[in-house]
Amino acid sequence: MSENRASENPDREHAVAFTLNGEAVRARVPARMHLGDLLRGAFGLTGVHLGCEHGVCGACTILVDGRAVRACLMLGVQADGTRVETVEGLTESGRIRDLQDAFHTRNALQCGYCTPGMLVTAAELLAEGEEAGDVPSRDVIRAAISGNYCRCTGYHAIVDAVAVTAQARHAARREVAE
Amino acid sequence: MKAPDFAYARPASLDAALALLAAHGEDAVPLAGGQSLVTALNMRLSAPALLVDLNAIPGLAGVTEAEGIVRIGALTRHRDVGTAETVRARLPLLAAAMPHIAHPAIRNRGTIGGSVALADPATEWPACCLAGGATIVLRGPGTERRVAAEDFFLGLYTTALEPGEIVTTVEFPVPESDSVWAFEELSRRHGDYALAGLAATARRNGAGLRDVRLAFFGVADRPVLARGAASALEAGDVAGAQAALADELDPPDDPATRAATRLQLARVILGRAASRMLGRQGGSQDV
Amino acid sequence: MSAEMGGLTFLDRPNSYIGRSVPRPNARRLLEGRGVYVDDVAVARLGHVAYLRSPHAHARILSLETAEAKAMPGVIAVVTGPELAAICTPWVGVLGHFKGLRSAPQHALAIDRVTWVGEPFCAVVARSRAEAEDALAAIAVAFEPLPAVADMETALDPDTPAIHADLGDNLAFERVLDVGEVDAAFRDAAVVVEETFGFGRHTGVCLEPRAILADWAAADGMLTVHHSFQAPHMMQDILCKHLALPEGAVRVICKDVGGSFGIKVHIYPDEMATCALALMLKRPVKFVADRLESFQSDIHARDHRVSARMAFSAEGDILAIDMDDLTGIGPYSVYPRTSAVEANQVVNLTGGPYKHQHYRARARVVLQNKAPTCQYRAVGHPIATMVAEGLVDLGAEKLGLDPFGIRERNVIPDDAYPCAGASGIKLEKLSHQAALAKLKQMMDYDALRAEQATLRERGIHRGIGLAAFIEITNPSAAFYGVGGARISSQDGCTIRLDPQGGIVASVSVTEQGQGTEGIIAQIVATATGVPMDKVRVISGDTQTTPYGGGTWASRGAGIGGEAAWQAGKALRANVVAVAGAILQADPASLDVREGAVVDMQTGTERMPLAELGRIVYFRPDTLPPGVQPEFVATRHYVPKDYPFAFTNGVQASYVEVDVETGFVRLLRHWCVEDCGTVLNPLLVDEQIRGGIVQGIGGALFEHCLYDAQGQLLNGSMADYLVPMACEMPDIEVAHVVSATASSELGAKGAGEAGTAGAPAAIVNAINDALRPHGARVSRQPVTPDVVLEALGLI
Repeated sequence: MSENRASENPDREHAVAFTLNGEAVRARVPARMHLGDLLRGAFGLTGVHLGCEHGVCGACTILVDGRAVRACLMLGVQADGTRVETVEGLTESGRIRDLQDAFHTRNALQCGYCTPGMLVTAAELLAEGEEAGDVPSRDVIRAAISGNYCRCTGYHAIVDAVAVTAQARHAARREVAE
Repeated sequence: MKAPDFAYARPASLDAALALLAAHGEDAVPLAGGQSLVTALNMRLSAPALLVDLNAIPGLAGVTEAEGIVRIGALTRHRDVGTAETVRARLPLLAAAMPHIAHPAIRNRGTIGGSVALADPATEWPACCLAGGATIVLRGPGTERRVAAEDFFLGLYTTALEPGEIVTTVEFPVPESDSVWAFEELSRRHGDYALAGLAATARRNGAGLRDVRLAFFGVADRPVLARGAASALEAGDVAGAQAALADELDPPDDPATRAATRLQLARVILGRAASRMLGRQGGSQDV
Repeated sequence: MSAEMGGLTFLDRPNSYIGRSVPRPNARRLLEGRGVYVDDVAVARLGHVAYLRSPHAHARILSLETAEAKAMPGVIAVVTGPELAAICTPWVGVLGHFKGLRSAPQHALAIDRVTWVGEPFCAVVARSRAEAEDALAAIAVAFEPLPAVADMETALDPDTPAIHADLGDNLAFERVLDVGEVDAAFRDAAVVVEETFGFGRHTGVCLEPRAILADWAAADGMLTVHHSFQAPHMMQDILCKHLALPEGAVRVICKDVGGSFGIKVHIYPDEMATCALALMLKRPVKFVADRLESFQSDIHARDHRVSARMAFSAEGDILAIDMDDLTGIGPYSVYPRTSAVEANQVVNLTGGPYKHQHYRARARVVLQNKAPTCQYRAVGHPIATMVAEGLVDLGAEKLGLDPFGIRERNVIPDDAYPCAGASGIKLEKLSHQAALAKLKQMMDYDALRAEQATLRERGIHRGIGLAAFIEITNPSAAFYGVGGARISSQDGCTIRLDPQGGIVASVSVTEQGQGTEGIIAQIVATATGVPMDKVRVISGDTQTTPYGGGTWASRGAGIGGEAAWQAGKALRANVVAVAGAILQADPASLDVREGAVVDMQTGTERMPLAELGRIVYFRPDTLPPGVQPEFVATRHYVPKDYPFAFTNGVQASYVEVDVETGFVRLLRHWCVEDCGTVLNPLLVDEQIRGGIVQGIGGALFEHCLYDAQGQLLNGSMADYLVPMACEMPDIEVAHVVSATASSELGAKGAGEAGTAGAPAAIVNAINDALRPHGARVSRQPVTPDVVLEALGLI
């Protein structure tokens, strides 16, 4: 297996093997290709949107080993050995179904280009809240998504949708606890 | 824009990484969290021949405490620095600074060692290193050097790092029990680079302060210890401390923000930090 | 409300979706990451193009050496301006009804001279974008720098060289309007206030950059263009004209579009070049602007300096406005809408809410060596609103009047319509008084003033700012068509009933996230009586939709929606006619509700549409003799009664200014607006909120900064500051409804109201907060620099 993995020796192209949305995948990747381009190009995961390719807009945000990161600021070769999840995988697993429903009901999206990154960022915030057992305030939500640019909504509806989801999850946890 | 062509290697040990850096000289660049380096590559502002990825090297990440020293591995992500129990208990200044660094997805990936090595003058960790009296531990091929933060940051993106060296650890002395601190930052938007920022530490001295260290960022070509202002503050003269900044800081005059504005902001946050440190054990504004 | 059907209006029909907050059916796809934006379209043999762009604001191209680039790995072609000009003709951005507007021929790739930093002049097509960029670096260019016209203030000086020698000088357009007795009004005024307002240049920053994929199938003689764009039929027409292709040879498809805001309705050199390259190379070619070239090459907007004064009577009546607008538009007037429209709108709109009779305005539009400017969300509106509302507040201060009171006193009364504004604009029905009253109550104005006073004593400086505004929506042919531009002001909708009782509706208005497809589905479902979940909407394809203008100038709902309404009614009439023949009932006694033909009076089901569909499509032999069902209906609509359907509204902002740092914190924001019939409150409110935040961007953050040599200084998202979530306030929205009688639905536009009023509300709030300090700001964006300068602290 190791001979197929990103090498300790310098090269302009490397083999990578990683877990992508729950599936074991392999690819050969030019060293210069960022992870966003790898996911879009080699795996057709076009829900990974490129808005700036310099780490500011947040549209390409994905989960790597459970943490939100910018796909444009990781090299594709660095995915080797990691667990990568995109909006497609989070959708198929049903993990963010409640959040997606809240976005839909509240119209917390317009053009939809920021939406995958926004959902991933919010999903991490919600998971942290669950760990800590609290519900994020509107200010905390705003701070958490402050690295995700949305030109369309003015953010108010997005904050609403995340807040509603957090409250619903919190209520569900309390119900279970009781 | 797409990055220029380069080679990549991911050594499994520190020695292997140092050997690669030595073999390729200035054409090779170490890759830590990549949150600044990959940006520069994607804009074709940087065109190295080889990236040496430090992320697979064991033992470079994590926070430990021993004998009055908190050691933060260079590959510790910003978020993990700020949330580490040891940091929260021993170095609350760093815990307070962390949420000011960019945004969650950047903090999840960027590292303290990368930030210190890059030495962007408008960022938080270098100033925290100055304020906290940190020592930067550097490894080269067969060498290890320990450089005080005050001797490490030499200019715009310029440090005491020699070619072939990398930052492996940032060491902070555990503050004394009578220590106080403050962290202040003003940026146009949450997570932006600072227009003016201040990491400050001191010890209580009756109703006043002693051993004041005021590390400003965003107001010169490097993080700056404002010694004159610190002396004035130790003498209880807040206004004098604020006035001293005009000589100690050299803010950039950029198209969006005048140097005079940055200097004014530095004076204001100094006043606010002083009142925090004089008023209670420490603190920072809400993030 | 005239739109009665079966004795019921569209609002209270049993299955009416109009006026309800129905989520958008097409949003689910986007939430799952399954949108299809241009860069997601997969085609075989794709070439990626990257453009070499000018590093100079103005320079002659002395030589261009491409041999080395042509030999680089992956390179398919390197094409220069003269080579491309052989198949793509140049254009000139002028319109007949802007008398005197001048510009110069503009090529897809500059031929021998570059005129702004970012102008494309050479193309590399390669197997990947990265390889195309590698080859760009291998092209050697020799430039002779020419004097750059950077400052619009000196662009007209006699010693400033003309950017286009043939034009003689840099004046592209000038308009002077002089109504009533302005000089006399100022002479007799009790109070005169004046101010010079600065409006920074900013740009749209659509999160999906501009993108186009052109695929020339030579064997079919068909150019298929996937385009991130608002107006597919316009693009089709222009491609035909400049690539010398017949109409049937060009198909433009706009699937999902990641934001537009007016940025994606203009003709861009790099996009035209991409289509020409596809023809030249006989293979698909894709261009996706990267963020850096977006800042250099997307149209910019604003960049105005307005000196203005307002005359008041002693009682506080506005007597007259006199203003002078200067704006810099870059080196070319943008095709085909022209770059004179924003200044023209400023002249038309300034003081629009008010009943003064004396008005003088001059607008001068000058050429300069910066990125071209053109129509961007709320064209001219935020400028016009700021000028008038800033002066009104100055007047109120001098006269000792409350900001609400002075506006209540001066707005055109709600019972005065129809009437004309001082600039000559025709106003059908506005509701300034009702909107002001609603806002005052909604924000609890008196309590807020009390809070402001209390906090001032504690050294906390908060301010309240108001901005009344009008918005141009539903433009008729008066906007562009009469000037000779082939920009359609009419739109159409075709509706087909399928055998199972489902509907397919295709519309010429387009979707960029506003919810166009959603409201079309609501309208069609309501008009036909088919449940909304059985309605599919097709938009954004010149080959499968009726001909129309697309989506811009807040026209999708008002124009496209009315076409859909009329088409739906026509189809329903066809359906009940056939059902009546089968059921041997008078069609006038039948209705369609919830997917079934019912008795009009009792609502009793007579026949499900699926049964009707079965008979019509599969057993037409059983139909009564002479019955020929037509289960397709098409209707078009264009506003005719008025050139534009004006809307109105008023916004309020509550801010806190840190008088030590110059930082402004936005606490709350309110908007009451009147877009006529509200088709979907959920979508309208979000248009308003998004628009407000876009206005906040210009007011506080966004600025395209150039140096004196015309170099763009902030070309990345790290240094061009867009509004982000942390700094934005929650925004409360409410409505007054004055339906337009020009259409049955009565809907006007809502897309730009937020952007029109927000900057003035915020700047007025900042000045209200600063008032005790004797400080005042008038230059946007209001940065810490601006506030600290006003306070005399730097």
